[in-house]
Amino acid sequence: MRRAFLHAVGIVLAVILAKPAGAGGDEDVQDTSAGIERYRQMLGEANPAELDEARGEQIWKTAAGPAQATLERCDLGLGPGVVKGAYAQLPRLFADTARVQDLESRLITCMMKLQGIAQADIVAKPFSTSTVRSDIEALVAYVTAQSRGMPMHVPLDEPQERQAYSLGERLFFYRAGPYDFSCASCHSQDGRRIRLQELPNLTTKAGARHAYTTWPAYRVSQGLFRSFQWRLNDCFRQQRFPEPVYGSDATIALTLFIAANANGAIYNGPGIKR
Amino acid sequence: MLAATACAAFATHADAADSALDARFRQMLLDDFRARGVAGMDRLDQDDVQKLCTDTRDRPRGAAVQALLKHQQELIRWPEDGRFLGDWRAGEKLAQEGRGMTWADRPGGPTGGSCYGCHRISPAEISFGTIGPSLLHLGRDRGSSPQMQRYVYGHIYNAKAYNLCSYMPRFGTSGALTEQQIKDLVALLLDTDSPVNRP
Repeated sequence: MRRAFLHAVGIVLAVILAKPAGAGGDEDVQDTSAGIERYRQMLGEANPAELDEARGEQIWKTAAGPAQATLERCDLGLGPGVVKGAYAQLPRLFADTARVQDLESRLITCMMKLQGIAQADIVAKPFSTSTVRSDIEALVAYVTAQSRGMPMHVPLDEPQERQAYSLGERLFFYRAGPYDFSCASCHSQDGRRIRLQELPNLTTKAGARHAYTTWPAYRVSQGLFRSFQWRLNDCFRQQRFPEPVYGSDATIALTLFIAANANGAIYNGPGIKR
Repeated sequence: MLAATACAAFATHADAADSALDARFRQMLLDDFRARGVAGMDRLDQDDVQKLCTDTRDRPRGAAVQALLKHQQELIRWPEDGRFLGDWRAGEKLAQEGRGMTWADRPGGPTGGSCYGCHRISPAEISFGTIGPSLLHLGRDRGSSPQMQRYVYGHIYNAKAYNLCSYMPRFGTSGALTEQQIKDLVALLLDTDSPVNRP
């Protein structure tokens, strides 16, 4: 019943947002922005991401892979099996892999170690399409929802964590490609937009906090739940860069840079986006 | 003297840490990105402008700035026929078109100016971005003299010849747009018949 309602909400939203814009000036623009905000509020607790959370929980608890094991002993940083609050303290250094890892690379580690699944099989299709839903993205929905309401606390105690922060910062400001874009080209000023899409200023504490604590998210325009690795991947695509490797150190460093800048904020995801 | 030595020692230490991080960063780029479609790994190589803008966080300073600006100016290929105004209708289509040059775009497929991504242009299009200034009424406000046409052509061809660390791509220099396409965009912005300038 609830699921049917969530589906209906998603469809109504998509229809409303697809409404053609009238001819006019600033007033229409403000109307559109205010409209999107109204629909976000209308959704309230009824984020279609809940469907992905439920699916992710099922995947988490279902035996899979050559080892026929579940992910219930997966260590996300707070000890084996602890999901509650784990996402608010990622990325972080993991002793067993000697790597700083974000949620998605850590899920890969657990699937490999606990379930015996080959890395290549896990990362072959990490992002959902209109026809195929990604298991990792559902797991991301499940895990992140268990940090809702908790303060962001990304550790920077270890030298590797501090180095990841510095590398992520460098990548954020790195201008290259045929269009000379860096992340900062779009994300270093307040109140700017691409078309009607509002852009967070990730160089400020307030901007990083709002952006990071509302991802991952259900994307209304795509009708899909999207992970943070997807968010970075699609930014790099539009930046006209080559493709970042899924779960690579570069993506983790960039994630950690933004996540650590959001420290202290209350995690509020999964979110809902245009 | 002691203080100076201590400072020098500190600077050397900081430089060493910096260059170690630098080396790690370069390796990370090589290891963690891969060529896909039209987006090759060579896109991660920086030219002098990209490098200086990265190093100064887009606030360029130092002796190199004037020389780099001059070099960027020299990269502009001005139209041999001396004309700058193309067809504003074709310009509007190009301004709307945001595709091109990503790994998902096919080689030889449409490449637009993505202008509405960042600028307000024609009054009818309310879905416009705000990273760049509004260009609505540009011709009406600033005129469409040959000098102004030349300036707008040059700016679209190579924005870095005017503002070294501009957020705007170098559409001519990068090969994203042809001479004719840039002329069409100049017409969109400056032609008196263009919706941008109609009363």
